[in-house]
Amino acid sequence: MNIEFEEVMSKNIILKKGLNIKLEGKADKVYASTKPPKLYAVKPTDFHNITPKLTVKESESVLAGDCIFFDKYNESVKICSPVSGSVKAIVRGEKRKILQIVIDTDSEIKYKNFNVNKSESRDDIIALLLDSGLWPFLRQKPYDTIANPKDNPKAIFISSFSSSPLATDNDFALYGLDELFQLGLDKITKLTTGTTHLNVDGNTIPSKVFTNSKGVQINKISGPHPSGNVGIQIHHIDPINKGDVVWYLSPQDVISIGRLFHEGKSDFSRIVSLSGSMVSKPRYYRMVAGACIFSLLENNVHEGEKRIISGDVLTGKKISEEGYLGFYDTQLCVIPEGNKSEFLGWLLPGFHKFSMSKTFFSWLLPNKRFNLNTNNNGEERAFVVTGQYEKVLPMNIFPMQLIKSIMMEDIEMMEGLGIYEVSSEDFALCEFVCTSKMDVQNIIRKGLDLMLKENS
Amino acid sequence: MKVFRNLLNVIKPNFEKGGKLEKLYPAYDAFETFLFVPDHTTNEGTHIKDAIDLKRTMFMVIVALIPCVLFGMWNVGYQYSIASGESMTFIQQFNFGFWKFLPLIIVSYAVGLAVEFAFAVLRGHQVNEGYLVTGMLIPLTMPIDVPLWMLAISVIFAVVIGKEVFGGTGMNILNPALTARAFLFFAYPSWMSGDKVWVQNASVDGYSGATILGDLASSMNWQSLSGQWSMSDMFFGTIPGSVGETSMLAIILGALILLFTGVGSWRIILSTFIGGYFMAYLFNLWGYNELMSTPAHIHLMIGSFAFGAVFMATDPVTASQTNTGKYIYGFLIGVFAILIRTFNPAYPEGMMLAILLMNIFAPLIDHYIVQANVNKRLKRATL
Repeated sequence: MNIEFEEVMSKNIILKKGLNIKLEGKADKVYASTKPPKLYAVKPTDFHNITPKLTVKESESVLAGDCIFFDKYNESVKICSPVSGSVKAIVRGEKRKILQIVIDTDSEIKYKNFNVNKSESRDDIIALLLDSGLWPFLRQKPYDTIANPKDNPKAIFISSFSSSPLATDNDFALYGLDELFQLGLDKITKLTTGTTHLNVDGNTIPSKVFTNSKGVQINKISGPHPSGNVGIQIHHIDPINKGDVVWYLSPQDVISIGRLFHEGKSDFSRIVSLSGSMVSKPRYYRMVAGACIFSLLENNVHEGEKRIISGDVLTGKKISEEGYLGFYDTQLCVIPEGNKSEFLGWLLPGFHKFSMSKTFFSWLLPNKRFNLNTNNNGEERAFVVTGQYEKVLPMNIFPMQLIKSIMMEDIEMMEGLGIYEVSSEDFALCEFVCTSKMDVQNIIRKGLDLMLKENS
Repeated sequence: MKVFRNLLNVIKPNFEKGGKLEKLYPAYDAFETFLFVPDHTTNEGTHIKDAIDLKRTMFMVIVALIPCVLFGMWNVGYQYSIASGESMTFIQQFNFGFWKFLPLIIVSYAVGLAVEFAFAVLRGHQVNEGYLVTGMLIPLTMPIDVPLWMLAISVIFAVVIGKEVFGGTGMNILNPALTARAFLFFAYPSWMSGDKVWVQNASVDGYSGATILGDLASSMNWQSLSGQWSMSDMFFGTIPGSVGETSMLAIILGALILLFTGVGSWRIILSTFIGGYFMAYLFNLWGYNELMSTPAHIHLMIGSFAFGAVFMATDPVTASQTNTGKYIYGFLIGVFAILIRTFNPAYPEGMMLAILLMNIFAPLIDHYIVQANVNKRLKRATL
């Protein structure tokens, strides 16, 4: 293999703004195993801006890596089955929108074989990634959609860590996978003529898997959440201007890509953390994307009404007890539902209540881990308080003005205020701290969708 | 609390869709959410939320106002005992002020909330918490002798013209509490200025109950005044004036609560004081009239400068919304407050007008700050 060793200028970025939310139920760094799930599902809703065209019918049998559906408007982008088995059901919602393609799996996963001998040129790599169904791991900014294989991105970004509450520890998940990670990187770096950035956590001593990587620019990012968000990192390292395209993916996706080029199969397994205050033994599991989580939670959660989240507590999706792990998710959280009203809750001292402000006496307990539930903690109001969003968004962007411009659908102002640089996940903390309980992430997503429509 | 919950559950059906009192749902909702933080849960987006809401925020401002309220009540009694020559104990002074001030608070809240509820019911939106603070601020900015009907009219004016015509809490351009005060100031000037209104029954025996600013404006010499009032009088607040504005100490306590909890903007408070000191210092150098030659630090302690800087200028709805804008906004409030005080003896109380003026200019300040960000981004893209 011929890797070019280039001298690259790495950046050291220290972020001051943001907020670490300390929650109860952090996963212990121990692997646990569970009864292998019988059912898997591919959810078109995991992929933004895709119009699925099914290529399978009910009861048809598939191998891991067989196409399930492709994008009607970009036919080369295929979503493949993560496991082998037979298609059990195609679940549709309103207007016959496809919600889930459920696959009843074989006892042992049988993989479709891909020829990886010819995989040196950019075109070969792209073709193989598209064919194997691993392409959707590559996503683009702006818009947070699956990357368009026809684009030539100005850079590729990988954030090696997540700073969100109860985040999966990638240093732990990728332990000992140095070679696969490097192999994946070698292929990914060929997809851009620009730089591939690997951003490591400056708050700790990052794993050698990341710091010894070759052929990429290694940048150090420190500071509270959202320092691990790739969008925040891009903003500080190589910001997106109008017309720019940047691709990004996560470290575990790099491993899957490395495995494809090493073993010639589409392996959608990853290390998933199960955490949250409702979990009896929060630990790590090896799971395949789309796995039914029922067996995972069986006998491992506390009594009471709970919210199960595929993803983290700030950006994840609500799923049922028999729901399925999302395509991009490496984390499952279970927290209590907060559907109880609280007598004079806004008036009490609130030692158990977490707030960025010091309006509750929980500021007396700075190291406390909180058991937060899903209560909205108040009603939605018009914007009153200012300066809150600015405290948790480490970007040179005016969050409130951007949000207002989106509400007014003022395209020019949205562009001027940096809509191309933002993602809803970067605004998750703004939504969390909002006194007026605005659904900030949803507003940002609508803004991005509007721009997507405008520019297509 | 079970009792309340059960009671609410019993009457709730009347207010829900199809119920007899369906139209009054916003009023019911206001009471229910006052008693209970609702059981609403998150759905899309973040699954957990910060514990803070608008009720808590407004409640913290009320807490921060408590020192001013308590001190103001006592000072009403204290000033009365000086004016009337009656000897009163501390408790008697407080009691006197308490019973004088309580009606103002009751009228302010009763009238203001009635208007708020009426608008909420008419428009079918929820009752916002904004008036909890406004309702306390208005009586604090009033002279103790203000007739209750005048207070009621100014409250109605403030809530309707100052807030509701723009769409309610969060949409208003002018600070509602100051709108009420400005309305009274221009509609009934004899009740809001001069030397008769600041001390209860001051006119009875010809005692001059003028404020320090009033005296200065009528060209009384600073040196002679400083014989009458010492620095500590002004700091602790044992001087005539609007109920809540006199004690620098109480205001500082309130400011500390606002700043510590993160509810008030330190940028605005700090830059207002800097702006005021800067302007007053410049005038000291000039020294044309008595107000100009009053030492700069005294300017910050007399009148409603401190009260306005801490509780009025920081209203997030009417202030600048950008962090940089907040510095400019505050600084100019300080500058204009001293400027108006000094140059127009008819309006010795420049703070109120300065804040209202800057309320109007706050969106303009923000516009330029935001535009600078837009231009910077455009420049980066074209490089």
